[in-house]
Amino acid sequence: MRAASIAAALYAAVLYGFIFLPVAVLVLFSFQGGRFPIPPFNGPSLAWYAAVLGDAKLMAALLNSLVVAVVSSAVACLLGFLAAYGLARFRPPGTALSRALITAPLAVSTLIIGLGLLMTFSMAGVERSLLTVGIGHVVINLPLCFAILSAQMGDHQVNIERAARDLGASEVQVMALVTAPMLAPGLIAAFFLSVTFSWDEFIIAFLLSRFDVTLPVEIWSLLRSGLNPKTNAVGSIVFLVSIVLVFLLELTVFRKAARR
Amino acid sequence: MTADVELKAIRHRFQGFTAVDGIDLTIGAGQFAVLLGPSGCGKTTLLSILGGFLTPSEGQVLIGGRDVTRVAPAKRPTTTMFQDYALFPHVTLAANVGFGLRMRGVGRAQRDVRARELLALVGLEGAATKKPHELSGGQRQRVALARALAVEPDVLLLDEPLGALDLKLRRQMQDELKAIQRRVGTTFVHVTHDQEEAMAIADLIVVMNRGRIEDRGSPEAIYLRPKSLFSAGFMGEVNLVPGEIGAASGGMVIATTPLGPLALAAAAAEGLSTGERVQLAVRPEHLCLDTAAAGATAIGPATILDSAFFGTHHRCRLMPERSPGLVLLAHLPQSFAGRTGDVVPLAIDARGVVALPADAG
Amino acid sequence: MSPAANTDAQARRRDSARAWSFVAPAVLWTAAFFVVPFAVMAAASLWSRVGTDIVRIWSLDNYVGFFEKPHLVAALVNSLEVTALVTAVSIVLAYPLAFIIAEKVPRRWQRLALILAVLPFWTSYVVRSYSWLLVLAKNGIVNQALLGAGVIAEPLELASTRTATVIGFVHFFVMLLTLTIYANLVQLSPNYRRAAADLGASTVQTFVHVVLPLTRPGIMVGAFLTFVLCIGDYITPQILGGNQELLLPQVIMLQIGRRADFPNAAALSMILMAVVTVVYVACARFLKIERA
Repeated sequence: MRAASIAAALYAAVLYGFIFLPVAVLVLFSFQGGRFPIPPFNGPSLAWYAAVLGDAKLMAALLNSLVVAVVSSAVACLLGFLAAYGLARFRPPGTALSRALITAPLAVSTLIIGLGLLMTFSMAGVERSLLTVGIGHVVINLPLCFAILSAQMGDHQVNIERAARDLGASEVQVMALVTAPMLAPGLIAAFFLSVTFSWDEFIIAFLLSRFDVTLPVEIWSLLRSGLNPKTNAVGSIVFLVSIVLVFLLELTVFRKAARR
Repeated sequence: MTADVELKAIRHRFQGFTAVDGIDLTIGAGQFAVLLGPSGCGKTTLLSILGGFLTPSEGQVLIGGRDVTRVAPAKRPTTTMFQDYALFPHVTLAANVGFGLRMRGVGRAQRDVRARELLALVGLEGAATKKPHELSGGQRQRVALARALAVEPDVLLLDEPLGALDLKLRRQMQDELKAIQRRVGTTFVHVTHDQEEAMAIADLIVVMNRGRIEDRGSPEAIYLRPKSLFSAGFMGEVNLVPGEIGAASGGMVIATTPLGPLALAAAAAEGLSTGERVQLAVRPEHLCLDTAAAGATAIGPATILDSAFFGTHHRCRLMPERSPGLVLLAHLPQSFAGRTGDVVPLAIDARGVVALPADAG
Repeated sequence: MSPAANTDAQARRRDSARAWSFVAPAVLWTAAFFVVPFAVMAAASLWSRVGTDIVRIWSLDNYVGFFEKPHLVAALVNSLEVTALVTAVSIVLAYPLAFIIAEKVPRRWQRLALILAVLPFWTSYVVRSYSWLLVLAKNGIVNQALLGAGVIAEPLELASTRTATVIGFVHFFVMLLTLTIYANLVQLSPNYRRAAADLGASTVQTFVHVVLPLTRPGIMVGAFLTFVLCIGDYITPQILGGNQELLLPQVIMLQIGRRADFPNAAALSMILMAVVTVVYVACARFLKIERA
């Protein structure tokens, strides 16, 4: 059995190595002291990070990405929460159909969703902008939020809500003050997942934006002009920010779970 | 097929906690043995050791005279019926039952025949092509039994298999298990915490507590002549009356107690010396109201604290005048009409009383 | 109707109305920004581009044109080939990893192992694909390592080929499949394995006859996700694939970019959707899990 364990460890090491390879290269060559992010590696230099921070267009794109991600995710979570609540608590006729409709976009490529929106907006005379990008992102994130929150709505919460109604709370109050806090982990998970997808989403952002762009689109333009360690630096920054976000999430979710 | 089981000096430790602390046990071939005890007494650990899922820290396991202590479950002449049945959900009942045979290289046609035979034995004839998720809990359990028996093990191990069933179904399955065991002749080792279940099915009951064997024997032996305080208290309800062993005369031993002197049969006080402090195990059914009945020793009046009707008897708590601190539990006749506060004359039928050393377990 | 039944029906109608006020926003949004665009695309696929305008004459020209133009059909075939290869390779690579994490890694560290596997994908997708370009370039790390180890004499042409596209895809989907297979493995009761061993199965037999069949749902879910995401992806083939062959999403984007031929792009998109739907229907029965 020893041989099997060694083989397993080796396999895992090779695969993890494969998984980390591009990121390792990315981060390493973001510190490149030269023009091109390819070997040989010429001593660590922060020049490219400075270049990124000084690139107004990149910084603007980063901010745009953040705004679009947060706003579209908030909208997707809100709509998803309301729909999940309405369907789970009241089970009106047409529940199955509504459910199918709301989760339908999951089965369609984002390219097709983006194209459809592009054509529709163009025919309706709506200009491409960050708003249209946001709308597209809500479309792809809403099914996810709905699915996650629906799964969290169990019967065990019904009695607590009944108690609240019994004590005189209105429907909106019950939802906002009782249900939402109970579903907090699900809401956080749905929001976080949506932000992750939106933040890194390329094709819808590319098709539906014009002058103000999100970060992936800006990086794409940067690439058109050739290999550049600036993209390494930007990629590394995004990576770092993501790790910090996940770390924070682990801490807050962990603390909540531990308290329970 | 069948074989006897011998456990020699078995000890097992889990990271500083001793689950099984010195077990010596022999189960005869073809016996239906029940390992009985509260949660955490080590009975499941012992079963896992028997099945080969655990290798004991110390000791030996012999099946049919062969040392199998370090033999893997696949190669051991045992099969286990798991608590959650563990039926393979992706194949039919016939494939489930025939699984062990398939692992032994038995051909498909033969496997099928045997599988159907066994399904018929457990009362599921004609269900061979169904899948586990189509069955009820009780039915799944029968399939698990059929699957375990298909490979003709010497010893069948059952891990609290009846726990998930409701009372009526449980009683029915107990009868069926007993009948099947008699028919097949395999040694069964069954783990449970339910002493009624143990008494219903066992040839040999092994009472366990904190990793040790407290008592062993037939259901009658364990109930009527318990060998430890724990065993007496675990098998049904019991009153423990403190006393001291007195003089022996004419095959009887007198024990002095706060309720008065009681004459015990010499056998009931075996191994105990004069002057020794004991606890007398008095079963609720040994208490009666007829002070003149044969074998009855009057112990004075007692006040009824409460009384509940249990169908076949009244379960009453009584406070005897001679020892108000010693509350007694009695099973009084169905026709008894006494109520809380009444005072009744109480007697003990000392023929059924057993004396146990005061500090024994 | 009796008064009691009357109020019953009234209460139910009130409930339904309330429910709809909650559900309506999501439904309306999906209808307006998903269903309508989809219908628009379906309609546009039946129109044509003449000059700089879209002429709304209904015809199947775009679809017929697809089958008549070898380079378009080739794009679809390429996409199917690449996607099938990626799915197969990813499953074969991911299963052992999922197995190792679920079985060999101590319980306390399993979550960490999974997080580590997912971590590299928190870089930007665009940047990550471009990193693969660097890694696989003629003077990139892989070639330098192989040259240095004496395995090859000349640098390999890895970047800007189908191989690079496959590597780029497999990189991501191995992670995805590891997650779905892992999720399946950990919720298997350990008693299944004990029962199999108890009945005489060796470790290999237990795996083949019990574990593998019971993890089929995890594999199928992962494979389906892989297929849908891979076949519709534009970035990886565009960055890593080079100019020699194009996949369907790239061709679709070409229709829009250079040629501004929306109807044709729409038709190609519908064809892509049709392919995905066919695969979904074929896989649907594998995506059910029955528990006993």
